[in-house]
Amino acid sequence: MNGEGNSGPVFADPITADILLSVNGDERPITVDTRETLLDTLREHLDLIGAKKGCDHGQCGACTVLVDGRRVKSCLTLTVTVDDREITTVEGLAADGALHPMQAAFVERDAFQCGYCTPGQLCSAVAMVREVADGWPSAVTADVSGPAVLDDDEIRERMSGNLCRCGAYVNIVAAIKQVGS
Amino acid sequence: MTTVAAPYAGTALDRVDGPEKVTGRARYAYENLPADLAYAVVVQATVSRGEVRAVDADSVLQLPGMIAAIWHENAPRLAPVEDAELTVLQSPRVAYRGQVVAIVVAETLESATEAARLLRVDYRAEPHDVELRADHPGMYRPDHVNPNYATDSELGDPDTALAFASVVVDATYTTPAQHHNPIEPHATVALWDADGLTLYDATQSASGVRATIAPLFALPPESVRVISPYVGGGFGGKGAPHAQVVLAALAAKQVGRPVKLAATRRQMFAVTGYRTPTVQRVRLGADEDGRLSAIVHEAFEQTATIKEFAEQTTVVTRMMYAAPHRRTSHRLVRLDVPIPTWMRAPGETPGMFALESAMDELAVACGIDPVELRVRNEPTIDPERGLPFSSRNLVACLREGAERFGWAGRDPEPGVRRRGRQLIGTGVASSTYPVYRLPSQASARAEPGGGFTVRIAAADIGTGARTVLTQIAADALRVPPAQVRMEVGDSALPRASVAGGSSGTASWGTAVLRACEALMAALHRRSGDVPPGGLEASADTAEELRSQRPLSRHAYGAQFAEVGVDLDTGEVRVLRLLGAFAAGRIINPKTARSQFIGGMTMGLSMALLEESVMDLEFGDYLNRDLAQYHVAACADVRDVDAFWIEEEDPELNPMGSKGIGEIGIVGTAAAIANAVYHATGIRVRDLPIRLDRLIGGGI
Ligand code: FES
Ligand code: FES
Repeated sequence: MNGEGNSGPVFADPITADILLSVNGDERPITVDTRETLLDTLREHLDLIGAKKGCDHGQCGACTVLVDGRRVKSCLTLTVTVDDREITTVEGLAADGALHPMQAAFVERDAFQCGYCTPGQLCSAVAMVREVADGWPSAVTADVSGPAVLDDDEIRERMSGNLCRCGAYVNIVAAIKQVGS
Repeated sequence: MTTVAAPYAGTALDRVDGPEKVTGRARYAYENLPADLAYAVVVQATVSRGEVRAVDADSVLQLPGMIAAIWHENAPRLAPVEDAELTVLQSPRVAYRGQVVAIVVAETLESATEAARLLRVDYRAEPHDVELRADHPGMYRPDHVNPNYATDSELGDPDTALAFASVVVDATYTTPAQHHNPIEPHATVALWDADGLTLYDATQSASGVRATIAPLFALPPESVRVISPYVGGGFGGKGAPHAQVVLAALAAKQVGRPVKLAATRRQMFAVTGYRTPTVQRVRLGADEDGRLSAIVHEAFEQTATIKEFAEQTTVVTRMMYAAPHRRTSHRLVRLDVPIPTWMRAPGETPGMFALESAMDELAVACGIDPVELRVRNEPTIDPERGLPFSSRNLVACLREGAERFGWAGRDPEPGVRRRGRQLIGTGVASSTYPVYRLPSQASARAEPGGGFTVRIAAADIGTGARTVLTQIAADALRVPPAQVRMEVGDSALPRASVAGGSSGTASWGTAVLRACEALMAALHRRSGDVPPGGLEASADTAEELRSQRPLSRHAYGAQFAEVGVDLDTGEVRVLRLLGAFAAGRIINPKTARSQFIGGMTMGLSMALLEESVMDLEFGDYLNRDLAQYHVAACADVRDVDAFWIEEEDPELNPMGSKGIGEIGIVGTAAAIANAVYHATGIRVRDLPIRLDRLIGGGI
């Protein structure tokens, strides 16, 4: 479909797929365009607007969600590839009504301003604390043989995939440290 | 005017919209899903100057799911208005690469995106001119600079004073184009019905968008409603409506369905504004003790061919330091470039990089401590306006900041402190920002079931406005903040000024306070009885603002930076950044600290990373995404902190507050560049402070 020559573009109907999406514990049967990203499916079809679109290119982290507990950029994930996975968005971090400790710490520490990067920061932070607990090293881990420690340098390094243009980093680090330690 | 004693103003209330934001319930503009919605995607010009000859709309209309392809020949006509940025798709002319030349509308985002990619546009291209140079023959003197300052100023005889000064600094500084890059892209959902036009929009001014958009569609303002309860950052880029608002409304009108449109991150580098690059020459003349006799600050900037934006880069120099002989000027050139606009502290941000770098150079030239140099040149009245200051605590910020930072005993010798493979240095710069206050209206209502609702079409773009206005209202109504419901972000609410010029708290706070006072008086007359329908009162501050007496009103600050510069790579790390501010009464210490350090973080980003590179061949900005236009990430930001000194100023507004949204970015880049000089002996006069500028400088 590159519209070469004088023939104009080729007009094929979009290819769709019927899948069962598991989001925040709910099973949702859905027909998706195979070109559709998980981010667009969540936002445009399921009205789960917590995951944000900041760049659509994997560069800002605003769209971060958890897939089988691991952080994933949903703008770089085609929905058809996650039909057998457990997806958690910021809306599903805590049980009804309550706040997840990370959410509560973000409010307490004022770890956001406009709030647009915040759902991505939260999903990323929750998964990141788990990665540290599981002993995964990062680029700044001095000793990769021992258990990883959640200090400021580790948090900053591991959270650098989530941009915050409001500049709430200092408070984000404080909030994560409060929860993680 | 006396300030009001207040139990809630001054307390660190958590953001009242915090729970919505951390749970994903806060609904931003693009997240509105009216029934029968269609998706629009824009097509941008691939030439920098010329004309659209033809658009092959018919071909893409055969794609499945396509609804419309709109361009200048088939677009609905807009009423002519002065702002050519907004009269989209009305003519074949292309004024800059990236300008919107067509818009496609489809059933799904995927189909619209694909159609936009496939749409063929034929152009007649003309040679372009996109390079800013101070000696560009097209440089002209604008009528005034943003928002309405005199273009030039002169006092005394600066040329003679410079000729006779014992010490002269004469240096040229440059700042690159910078893009706001709020994490929420500019977005609009447009919906026409019998009542008119509804816009869910990412804006810093619901009232402003309504007033601007209505005439384009020949509608009375009451027929346009702009809804924007949550905005994902603006930094000036969402201050005035850009093309996407009009495009969304126009497309929705054409297809007869609600339409959703967002600029993509890449498109934002052409269609949603940016900060002009600047070339600035600063000349300082002083005696051997560093006392200034002359200050000359000249700025050269760009604007677009279709719209003038004249950044007020040297205006700040008119009030910063004492000197009998002084001159400031601005010159612009119209280039075939995208349209520049307000970006966080327009004027002060680039201007203070140059002035405060030059002050550091003067301190070095005179052998005087840079804190001392600034104190020595403190004016007693506003040097150019001749007015007293309502309050000016720059010296207190410098002294107290120096104390907390551990400035005392600093060895001025550059390039001599090593820690491992790093050279260490410290630097200081002043900050300042004017106090603006704009007319606004508000209403306050006692609800029959208890509690109060306060309404104003203000915008909370992350500043904490919703929270501090709640505190102001709670004090005026003498109830806890939990009993106040604050409604903002909707043009159907009482008309309010833009979230810009750090004027929000002062402007909206005054209106909210007056509305609450009027309600309290009305309640008092009824002995506190709330009728079954509730009781409402409103206020308009236009009259009150007119009676304000002329004074020089500004907030001040001092920023201290410690940097480490890698000897091998030239990489600069900001190890510590401390801001000391004097900004009147701080209404919420928690959100205020976030504003200060958020501004400083953006300043750090500007100092080290941010640069939109003009591609001279193709005529547009080359690095059009967040992988190539770097903004500070978490690992770049270490020890950044701010504090403020107590400041009572009864000449501001009933809250006694000065704006704090922008001052944090003012001076930061100079403090860091001055620290880099102290660390390395290399004076970087061109931002950002890239590795090659240090390696090339002989680190
Ligand atoms: S939207 Fe996915 S990383 Fe930016
Ligand atoms: S809170 Fe605005 S981008 Fe992070």
